[in-house]
Amino acid sequence: MKRSPSDDRPVKPLDWLDQRTGYRKLAHEVLFENVPGGARWRYVWGSTLVFCFTIQVITGIALWFAYSPSSQTAWESVYYIQHEMWGGWFLRGLHHYTAQAMTMLLAVHLMQVVIDGAYKAPREFNFWSGIILLCLTLGLSLTGYLLPWDQKGYWATRVATNIVAITPFIGPELQQLVVGGADYGHHTLTRFFALHAGVIPGAIILFIVGHIYFFRRHGLTPKEPRRRPDAAFWPDQVLRDAVACLAVLAVVVFLVIRTRGAELGAPADPSEPFPAARPEWYFLFLFEFLKYFPGGTEVWGAIVIPALLMGLLAAMPFVGNWRLGHRFNVGFLWVMLAGAGWLTWLAIAEDRANPDHAIAVNTAEREARRVIELARSPAGIPPTGAVGLLRNDPLTQGPKLFAKHCASCHRFDGHDGLGGQPKDPASAADLKGFAGREWLTGLLDPNRVATPHYFGATKFKAGKMVKYVQEDVAGFPPDDRKLLEKTIVALSAEAGLKSQRDRDRRDTALIVEGKEALVGTRMNCAECHVFHGKGETVGPDLTGYGSRQWLLDFIGNPAHPRFYGDRNDRMPLFGEDKVLPQAELSLLVDWLRGEWFEPAPVAAK
Amino acid sequence: MEHHPTPPAPDRRNFLAKAAATVIGGITVVIPAASGLLVLLDPLRRKSADGGAVFVANLAAVPESGEPRKFPVLATRVDAWNRTPDVPVGAVYLQRVAGGAVRALNVACPHAGCFVDFKSARNNYHCPCHNSSFALDGKVLDPKSPSPRPLDTLETEVRNGTEVWVKFRNFRAGVHEKIPV
Repeated sequence: MKRSPSDDRPVKPLDWLDQRTGYRKLAHEVLFENVPGGARWRYVWGSTLVFCFTIQVITGIALWFAYSPSSQTAWESVYYIQHEMWGGWFLRGLHHYTAQAMTMLLAVHLMQVVIDGAYKAPREFNFWSGIILLCLTLGLSLTGYLLPWDQKGYWATRVATNIVAITPFIGPELQQLVVGGADYGHHTLTRFFALHAGVIPGAIILFIVGHIYFFRRHGLTPKEPRRRPDAAFWPDQVLRDAVACLAVLAVVVFLVIRTRGAELGAPADPSEPFPAARPEWYFLFLFEFLKYFPGGTEVWGAIVIPALLMGLLAAMPFVGNWRLGHRFNVGFLWVMLAGAGWLTWLAIAEDRANPDHAIAVNTAEREARRVIELARSPAGIPPTGAVGLLRNDPLTQGPKLFAKHCASCHRFDGHDGLGGQPKDPASAADLKGFAGREWLTGLLDPNRVATPHYFGATKFKAGKMVKYVQEDVAGFPPDDRKLLEKTIVALSAEAGLKSQRDRDRRDTALIVEGKEALVGTRMNCAECHVFHGKGETVGPDLTGYGSRQWLLDFIGNPAHPRFYGDRNDRMPLFGEDKVLPQAELSLLVDWLRGEWFEPAPVAAK
Repeated sequence: MEHHPTPPAPDRRNFLAKAAATVIGGITVVIPAASGLLVLLDPLRRKSADGGAVFVANLAAVPESGEPRKFPVLATRVDAWNRTPDVPVGAVYLQRVAGGAVRALNVACPHAGCFVDFKSARNNYHCPCHNSSFALDGKVLDPKSPSPRPLDTLETEVRNGTEVWVKFRNFRAGVHEKIPV
């Protein structure tokens, strides 16, 4: 046991600690700050902000342990946090929504400070350090938005950094420094991460210390009239602060659970348009504001005017000294907030009224879900990064390729593959379910073969096939009609479609019969079509009809003698003329055939 | 400033306020801290993949003289979010032994995991980190060696008389027992 030097009485451990560290005085300083007029709910806002910052530090450090800033690992590590790690979604959600709460609370705190006149002498430095904290916090939001390296963060950051580039004199160099080179990549992430997790939080801690020091130096700005006598900060005000912090946390946790954490879009892809790109909601007013500045004048909207407004905000302590200064300040703040609110509303309303934006958001959400399915597939994420998952996914790329290259003539279930309508009416077959039993049944239906769904809008409208269906097939006796059904089953089986795999397997006997009928005299297909070496080449070769290889060959060169030869209607030779590279052709064919990865139902969470 | 009488501070009320402030304040910090801690502890539930045997080399590539030769082990490497097929996940020394069989030793020193060298001049294995030395069959040679156990042998199989397949595993370093990680 330790003894004090002067006498022999043992020193208690806590006394010893206090002698060495002076913690009691410190605790007293912290807890027994005078609260003029006693504890009040209106004094809680500053504490809630410190609390939010504390949450961000705690959750941020935990996220840091799992985050990997590079363009091949940033999205991937965030995916891993969100979907694979214990409680990762909750942690990330907490970080995300607390950031939002912090922005709201900053606005409330600022309003209160201005309305209560707490910015006036002698509290100028308190006010200015607060303004700097506001800017630093917005800097955290801006840098944090990019870190998941998803489409949303990527495109929003391109906009933000291009705005940096219009800064007078040093813009382009400044942008290059921020971006970490001439283009966005690894060093954009390492730099944003260093700012987000190191520089800005460090600066915030320094300024919070300064802010609280100034606050303690001049004391709290009491709200008059004082309803009760002065009291110490502990315990009544601490209790109110704690309850307010709990309320903030409760709202954040509610949002986290309701949305199952922060969203994670598809991986950043500079080659993939992202019309759904919008900044975080509290920057929407700036985003909207920029729309009003014609080309060449953006510098006013993005830099000059915001800087002037910030300057006016910082000048409040001086303006406040004039006779009507305080009223001006309060009015100015309200006008700013109302203006920002109005611009935010305009931005939201404009997007709501725009059907293209709704489609873009839908596509973005669909791709975000799809890439997660692919990341969790047995093949997993390749070392080149998750961005390739969607690029090589028939389900994602097929509709886009179809809309771009096929939909000027063809349709897919009545639309262009993506759900839109091309400007010209359909002039070739609808390819949804191509080579499937139902599709072929329609083709061989005398009432349907000449509709635009099949040959109706092509030059084969009055061709041999249509004639055959409308005359020969229409006159089939019941026996032949039965045989036709078997022939359809057999021809459709050539495609080996995933969607019919079970039916094809079950109908082996029918298929054998149908194959014979196809080259037999009753169906008479072989008069115009070759089938496994038998028959005449007038119409397309039906060997392997609708199979992957058949479609690749056909789309690659429909004018090949095996298919339409010189009678090819308007179809481009996609492969032969190198309109589509082989990889895209394969994606298109796989999509048409319904061949893409689907998660097992049990594995789906 | 107007004068206020000294407020009566009932001890009980004060105690309740103090207790409530402490408890509520505690809750607000515990929730984010716990969620962070949970993610930090996530690695505890990750087990190394217990792969089956993999093809390592053709028997013809293993010297008939009985001298060990080092080969990389290619397998599917699962690294957090990445799954990469056919990449080196480790290395083994292969050595022909009597009866046409092959002995495989993991190259990692059981002491602290350094990569042990085969020294053909001395015809033994030597760890460059802390000087453990091992005989050709993996046994500790020098009783002063820091290694707590012999080099780790791995299950091998010669398939079709020509292919050497090895069940590759890593084992915990620094302990007497051979415990897979």
